[in-house]
Amino acid sequence: MSTPVFKNRLVRWIDYRLPVFTFMNHELNEYPTPRNLSYWWNFGSLAGIMLVTMIVTGVVLAMHYTPHVDYAFQSVERIMRDVNYGWLIRYLHMNGASMFFIVTYIHIFRGLYYGSYKSPRELLWMLGVIILILMMATAFMGYVLPWGQMSFWGATVITNLFSAIPFVGEKIVTWLWGGFSVDNPTLNRFYSLHYLLPFLIVGVVVLHLVALHRFGSNNPLGIDTKGPQDTLPFHPYYTAKDMFGLGVFLIIYALIVFFAPNLFGEPDNYIPANPLATPPHIVPEWYFLPFYAILRAVPNKLGGVVLMFSSILVLFVLPWLDRSPVRSGRFRPMFRIFFWLLVLDAVVLGVVGANPPEGNWILFGRMATIWYFVHFLIVLPLLSRLERPRPLPISISQSVLASGGGFAPQPVRTMDKA
Amino acid sequence: MRWSLIAGIAGLVVGTGVAMAETTEVTLPERHWSFDGFFGTFERPDLKRGFEVYHGVCSACHSLKLLHYRDLTGIGYTPDEIKAIAAEQKFTDGPNDQGEMYERSGRPSDPFKAPFPNEQAARAANNGALPPDLTLIVEARKGGANHVFGVLTGYQEPPADVQLKEGQFYNQNFPGHIIAMPPPLSDGAVTYTDGTQATVPQMASDISTFLAWAAEPNLEARKRMGVKTVLFLIVFTGLLYAVKRKIWLGVKH
Repeated sequence: MSTPVFKNRLVRWIDYRLPVFTFMNHELNEYPTPRNLSYWWNFGSLAGIMLVTMIVTGVVLAMHYTPHVDYAFQSVERIMRDVNYGWLIRYLHMNGASMFFIVTYIHIFRGLYYGSYKSPRELLWMLGVIILILMMATAFMGYVLPWGQMSFWGATVITNLFSAIPFVGEKIVTWLWGGFSVDNPTLNRFYSLHYLLPFLIVGVVVLHLVALHRFGSNNPLGIDTKGPQDTLPFHPYYTAKDMFGLGVFLIIYALIVFFAPNLFGEPDNYIPANPLATPPHIVPEWYFLPFYAILRAVPNKLGGVVLMFSSILVLFVLPWLDRSPVRSGRFRPMFRIFFWLLVLDAVVLGVVGANPPEGNWILFGRMATIWYFVHFLIVLPLLSRLERPRPLPISISQSVLASGGGFAPQPVRTMDKA
Repeated sequence: MRWSLIAGIAGLVVGTGVAMAETTEVTLPERHWSFDGFFGTFERPDLKRGFEVYHGVCSACHSLKLLHYRDLTGIGYTPDEIKAIAAEQKFTDGPNDQGEMYERSGRPSDPFKAPFPNEQAARAANNGALPPDLTLIVEARKGGANHVFGVLTGYQEPPADVQLKEGQFYNQNFPGHIIAMPPPLSDGAVTYTDGTQATVPQMASDISTFLAWAAEPNLEARKRMGVKTVLFLIVFTGLLYAVKRKIWLGVKH
């Protein structure tokens, strides 16, 4: 990695004093990336693009939105009806939240399958969990802003969770609300925080990228890159691949925005908030449903709240629960089965969360909740001891070349970690 | 292994669909609407007839607060016709230079005049029930236009085991079946200016179309832009794929 020589004199002049061009060349152009990344590695950049999309559409929406209980609902409808292309901006933002969560969840499950949380990427993973938590807080507060029935009752249910905290719970809830019920002060602070948190996310994303670029991306084989024969420069190889993935993603996003914009929404949120009329079923947005199911799996309120928060917090210690030295699920025959069981478990939790807590749903919810924690707290630590991983390839380049021709780099023989 | 799991997930999802259908109280009639699908548009004659139904029947009790008279250009009324429609209503405006409120006739820039000044007045006139605002009714109910059509055509004699109180009616398509709205439509309830026979299903269909438009006046613009955007993205993504292939040609990965 040499210091590049820029042709443009102005660029050279600036770069000498402020080496932003050197930096960009280093991190976005020649940045060495494993040559064997699959399309599952597209979702990180897609999440970044969605973050920018949400901020841009959100800033425009904020120019037209009124954060007041008497005007919020109408101001959103005003955007939908009278602001030029307001409907487009609002549908992009509203469905953008769902798309953001879809790509983020895929990104997380990719990390789980390929062991991207393992040494030396523990902090990279933990920063990712922080981003997830910030995203959830932001999405929750954003859903309150249109001040429809689900906005109001969702806010009431979720903020009430904090009343489960012993002794000070009720005081904390009053403090969160800025009053004795969800009302105008609540809406105002949620609006303020909904505008603030995305920029905190940007900050953590920068740290996430700094941590990523320290050791570079993990890869489907889960083994370290051992030299230039294992990598490709990020540009043009992965810029091109990411752009193609972005195109496919945008087609899906556009189909939803233009042809099914209320697919992820609840009809009840087109009814203005009414503190005197509770909707028959209060359901959160789909991306919270698995956590909602865990919350309701426990008959005790405090227990449910603790378990729900633990279901995310457990991810922080994941690098120390799964001690297997092999990263990629490809070489872990038993882990792979349990991984797909976890995916199934998350889907079951989501379905349970969407249904009223009656009859068999309670049983399913409890079993799925127990399995979720068993997977992380018991299965993963046990697997690290009991499982016999399949032999790892010596290097990425060797593995790539074994599957046929191509330009042949020198295989480097070093002992692999595992 | 993987496929059996995916099949398992699919089975589970299908299974819950069935379970959820069981808990839903009503099965709405599925109608085909001109505004369904990728290329759906509102039929202008349907919209105009629908407005005539709202104007002649629904507006006695239901407001349409988020619409302005000016919006009627969207369903094909001319500015002069709209001025005339708005002028039928009296609005309180002011204060004037003397500090007094005064009455004036409506203008295209006014929102649709609500039948009652406030919720209490609406309830007092309707046996305690509140006629909901209809602007977003199609988006605010499961089933959308099918719900509106279903309720308007779903009135029936109650089954023997259902006891109705004073001011209650039985409707097979209303969630819970007991509704406070008397059957609003009867054959010939409005006289269509285009001479269409005003049967109950005809009026129900027209008003459902009109309310679907009222809920989302930009639906046509949205779908038009959507078709163009998606076609562009498909071609563009094809090009991006070609670029990607070209760049990766001869690189083993």
